[in-house]
Amino acid sequence: MIKAILIFNNHGKPRLSKFYEHYTEDTEQQIIRETFHLVSKRDENVCNFLEGGMLIGGSDYKLIYRHYATLYFVFCVDSSESELGILDLIQVFVETLDKCFENVCELDLIFHVDKVHNILAEMVMGGMVLETNMNEIITQVDAQNKMEKSEVNQDLTYSLFYLPV
Amino acid sequence: MALKIVKGSIDRMFDKNLQDLVRGIRNHKEDEAKYISTCIDEIKQELKQDNIAVKANAVCKLTYLQMLGYDVSWAAFNIVEVMSSSKFTYKRIGYLAASQCFHESTDVIMLTTNQIRKDLSSPNQYDTGVALTGLSCFVTPDLARDLANDIMTLMSHTKPYIRKKAVLIMYKVFLKYPESLRPAFPRLKEKLEDPDPGVQSAAVNVICELARRNPKNYLSLAPLFFKLMTSSTNNWVLIKIIKLFGALTPLEPRLGKKLIEPLTNLIHSTSAMSLLYECVNTVIAVLISLSSGMPNHSASIQLCVQKLRILIEDSDQNCEPSVNACMKYLGLLAMSKILKTHPKSVQSHKDLILQCLDDKDESIRLRALDLLYGMVSKKNLMEIVKKLMLHVDKAEGTTYRDELLTKIIDICSQSNYQYITNFEWYISILVELTRLEGTRHGHLIASQMLDVAIRVKAIRAFAVAQMATLLDNAHLLTGNMQRNGICEVLYAAAWICGEFSEHLENPMQTLEAMLRPKVATLPGHIQAVYVQNAAKLFATVLKSQEGNTDSTAAQETSQLMIDRLPLFVQSANLEVQERASCILQLVKYIQKLQQKDVEIAEEVNALFAGELNPVAPKAQKKVPVPEGLDLDAWINEPPSESESEDEQPKAIFAKEEPKHSRPRHTEVDEKELARRREARKQEQANNPFYIKASPSSQKVYQDTPGVEHIPVVQIDLSVPLKVPGLPMSDQYVKLEEERRQKERAEKKKKEKKKRKEKRSGRGKKHDSGPESEEDITPAHQVDIVTEEMPENALPSDDDDKDPNDPHKALDIDLDKPLADSEKLPVRSHRETPKSPAEDGDTENAALQEPKKKSTKEKREKKKDKDRDRKKSKEEKKKKKHKHEEKEEDLLGGQADAPVVQSEETSEVVAPPTSTNPEVSDLDFWLSNAPVPSNTQEATTVAEAEAAPPPEAASGTAPDSEPDQPQDADTEEAKSSKHKKKKQKKEKEEKEKKKKKKHHHHHHHSDGGGEESVQNGTVEEEEPLPPMSNYCLLAENSYIKMVYDIQGNLQDGSQVVVSVIFENKGDSFLKSMEFNVLDSLNSKLQRPDGSGPHDGLTVPFQLPPGVSNEARFVFTVQSIIMPQKLKGTLTFIVKNEDSSTHEKLDFKLHFTCTSYLITTPCYSDAFAKLLESGDLKGSSVRLEGVNMPFHHLLARICFHHHFSVVERIDSCASMYSRSIQGHHVCLLVKTSGQTVSIDAKCDEPTLLGNVLDEIKQTFSQC
Repeated sequence: MIKAILIFNNHGKPRLSKFYEHYTEDTEQQIIRETFHLVSKRDENVCNFLEGGMLIGGSDYKLIYRHYATLYFVFCVDSSESELGILDLIQVFVETLDKCFENVCELDLIFHVDKVHNILAEMVMGGMVLETNMNEIITQVDAQNKMEKSEVNQDLTYSLFYLPV
Repeated sequence: MALKIVKGSIDRMFDKNLQDLVRGIRNHKEDEAKYISTCIDEIKQELKQDNIAVKANAVCKLTYLQMLGYDVSWAAFNIVEVMSSSKFTYKRIGYLAASQCFHESTDVIMLTTNQIRKDLSSPNQYDTGVALTGLSCFVTPDLARDLANDIMTLMSHTKPYIRKKAVLIMYKVFLKYPESLRPAFPRLKEKLEDPDPGVQSAAVNVICELARRNPKNYLSLAPLFFKLMTSSTNNWVLIKIIKLFGALTPLEPRLGKKLIEPLTNLIHSTSAMSLLYECVNTVIAVLISLSSGMPNHSASIQLCVQKLRILIEDSDQNCEPSVNACMKYLGLLAMSKILKTHPKSVQSHKDLILQCLDDKDESIRLRALDLLYGMVSKKNLMEIVKKLMLHVDKAEGTTYRDELLTKIIDICSQSNYQYITNFEWYISILVELTRLEGTRHGHLIASQMLDVAIRVKAIRAFAVAQMATLLDNAHLLTGNMQRNGICEVLYAAAWICGEFSEHLENPMQTLEAMLRPKVATLPGHIQAVYVQNAAKLFATVLKSQEGNTDSTAAQETSQLMIDRLPLFVQSANLEVQERASCILQLVKYIQKLQQKDVEIAEEVNALFAGELNPVAPKAQKKVPVPEGLDLDAWINEPPSESESEDEQPKAIFAKEEPKHSRPRHTEVDEKELARRREARKQEQANNPFYIKASPSSQKVYQDTPGVEHIPVVQIDLSVPLKVPGLPMSDQYVKLEEERRQKERAEKKKKEKKKRKEKRSGRGKKHDSGPESEEDITPAHQVDIVTEEMPENALPSDDDDKDPNDPHKALDIDLDKPLADSEKLPVRSHRETPKSPAEDGDTENAALQEPKKKSTKEKREKKKDKDRDRKKSKEEKKKKKHKHEEKEEDLLGGQADAPVVQSEETSEVVAPPTSTNPEVSDLDFWLSNAPVPSNTQEATTVAEAEAAPPPEAASGTAPDSEPDQPQDADTEEAKSSKHKKKKQKKEKEEKEKKKKKKHHHHHHHSDGGGEESVQNGTVEEEEPLPPMSNYCLLAENSYIKMVYDIQGNLQDGSQVVVSVIFENKGDSFLKSMEFNVLDSLNSKLQRPDGSGPHDGLTVPFQLPPGVSNEARFVFTVQSIIMPQKLKGTLTFIVKNEDSSTHEKLDFKLHFTCTSYLITTPCYSDAFAKLLESGDLKGSSVRLEGVNMPFHHLLARICFHHHFSVVERIDSCASMYSRSIQGHHVCLLVKTSGQTVSIDAKCDEPTLLGNVLDEIKQTFSQC
């Protein structure tokens, strides 16, 4: 099971937080801070696994993270997940973001956190991995975005039609 | 209306959207909080508007603010509003917000039940998807209960996108509503073989997650997972399955044997590192489970460890450094798994582990620490701890240092201080650890000090000396006053000095140290111990001083107490205050007596006399409940409810008082008092922290049977004890080394004297030989007192289980047939069309309905009455007997032929037999299965194949007997005919007995894809003959080939041909090449780049007498006709002196049956299928079939890939599906020796061919 997925930048600013277990907002912020603290002080060429972390930890849990340019992607998982498998999953996630945003950068995540959530929802659901096939994820995300667009168009035509002159 | 909408959209154009909000926040870096609070005000305004678009926009912004740490739960109701919008865009926003901030105690969740249900059944798959995703994050027990049935229906949705989400969310439903596990499990299991890989993966995920917590309940699924493992190409699924097998192998070592081959194949073939690593991990688990009984396997373990060492040590220059670091980490992780069972194999790599302690990566260091724990021995403990102490000094950051500290203590104290040879050294280590600043483990060190001082009697004198030094230097430790800080050790120091004060060199000095004013700054509980133990010390000092002629010294001591104690009397801490004032009064009294020259030291000492016994921490819990005592029973009649209500105000009133009003002492007779006193004494005797009142009580206690008297051994110290100042543990390492050397030398000397000298002294009585673990004698013979347990302590198996673990509730037997009461709650209006609460009141009904099981059942019975008053009696009766009837409500009223029959005939149903069918199936699979796991087993299969089927059919299968020896090998497969006959007789007798109470069973789902499982489930009580689908392909004097064809689950145009090659001669066969002449319709899949006529190399060679299996994939276009393909196998026969090139022609026969895939089918789906009218019928009669009906069904299932949908006496409905999705339905009836099969299929040609093949199968019998 995945307990939480966090994305934050090199300064610890959260860009996405998804907790699959309930915490209060304060605890969530503390967890993000602590995780950032743990992850950020690690060298670039050490391993991507991290044990401990008081708040989210527990002996069964691990932090598995990757650092891309200005962003850290951190998954907190228990021992039922394969460590390398999760690293691959993070890669899939980032590649999917890259496809969906066309050369994704931190700004995309800053301004479209809702979209990132929607993409993530096609990949991980309730803490369990739903889909690992990037093409399938993108197909579903695109189909939903198309639906959204058609609804917006309806809306617009409707309001334009009735717009008082 | 229109105007409103227009206004809304215009408003929206001026509203801030999410992007504006983000931009705004970024532009207000200085006063972010203020800016956000104005934004929240705006949002509140927006939420008040009627326009849903505005609301959705506001909610979207709130979701962002939630991420920044703002509590947005106040908008929960607005979120629900947005969730219920009809537009997907807004719905998605609503559900996202809900998933981010709803939780179990959000009260508006109650309102969402119906909305979610509506969305789940929406015609738009994305509405359903979004609802499922949201629900997965905030599902509550109520939601789980109310929606379980709806979600279960979605598991069979036509869209794989919905199916996979529904399957996955079931795990969350199980967690919140464990009762749903059993009813839903058959369908979940069915999804393991879903044609869509995504759904399959979801089902694997869920079952693996379930099985991880309670693996033994899922052992029966092993064959199915095995099949998936050999057929799946999805790495994620493979990893999950392989991890699951890793958890299952310790429970079933035979499974491990089967796994080795496919795992090694994967290891060789996969390019994914993640999969490779998990394979290696599971192989290790297998080796461990196999070698636990047999020591000769440890060679392979050794090999594994060596390979892991390479992984840890070598870094691949081509990889990124972080990847190498990952591998290093994982290598250590895998090693720790081996360490648990094979510590010796890992111990030889101590150097490597110690080296890893120096790694710059903290994660790797922590892993290495973990390993060290298992690697210590008497010999290396001091060395390892010394190394660790160095790291403690070097460590930056308290987390890692604290981890080091706990590990040092763990390592030393493990298995009852087994590896400690010198306790003085250990005490010095503990004292050295107190010098750590800012540690959070003061308490841990303190408890170790106490434990050692109490339990190792020989060390007390030394410990007391050290503790006295600590108390003297207390100012060094009081810098850190935080909870659990290092000052905690003073608690231990004070207590030890007080309790064992007779060992103190200079008690007066210590007493002074304990009464320093600075002590008042320590935490309360430590001060309390100080005060109490100062009193103990005082008693000791008095005793020593009273012997002297000069009484002034004693009076001075009392004066000191009287001077210093008032400081503690003023303490804000109640405990300190109370103890101090008691003792102050006592000392004042003593002083008075002293002034009268009364000798009181004896009496004062009596206050603290008595010995303490260490009691195990769980001792209290382990006291067995005496027979006849029911702790839950009321002692008095419980007050009636009305009474308790009346009394409540009184109780509250009483509660306000008790602190002031002393409990009134009612007159208690002498006897009762005596009894209570006795009980108290007993209790005190068992309480380690209770200081015994007098030596006499101690004596009584020691005389009680069962408590061993612990001898105290005099110690003869070879090491000078006096260590000035704080001790240095390093000294001990040196001394220990010297001591050992001396000992060795002495031993040698002794040997020279040919052991003439009588052995004497401590611990020099060991045999010669190289210095081994056992040779190291403890520095002083110490007696580690074991912790006491009550007599007849209960065995501890549930000790470490957390009662709050949600998975505990999921420890449910899944193989038991479903009982009637286990239906999932269904919305009642569906079932009770006549009920008054029919229209509109669905929510109410759904909420009320499943509250209590008993009421639910009652209601259901009522419903039945309503539905069919005439038949009500009959129905009730039937209900009692029926098992696995959960589908009843899904069937509704639409009854079709088989179902009607079931209702008519299912009146007499035997209860399920006690033997667990799945387990024996597993045994069957583990002992003899069509997929060979190693060459020997392959032979078995081949030989079983060679035996003509009719004979096999009449005999029983020895393998499926439950008490069959575990590993069935070749010999057993060839078990003598004599044995078979005997069993046959037995079986016939059994059959006669059972004939009347014939049990039948509704098969909704148990018939998973695995053949052997299916064999078993058709009829549990009678073992079936072993069957094999492998038939002869070709044979000559060198080689024999048998083959089986299976459809590919994931690809509608592929079939897999498994061929077993058996080397019949005594020469070596190599370079085998398999080739067929493709037809237009069927083609052999060849690797990219090879021509259409190239052969395929068989990936193995065959030594004499060995067989092995290879698989070949064929693509087919049309599957409605059987066909044959000609082919050739070429190979080289190699003898000692010569080699020849040989070839063997064969004909591959693709029957229509081989295009069918065993697919389980629910009776409701089956009924719908038949009703739909798309199917064309055909029928066939078989004459002279002389076998029990269930054998007949098993044969059809096995050879023709069908599954039984339902069976009623001599009639059964069966189902199968072709790889291209044709449905094939059979209705099989038997009367006498005639079997009639009515069949329906959407492709008549296919059906005709399948029927012909079935006919053929039975004509051979």
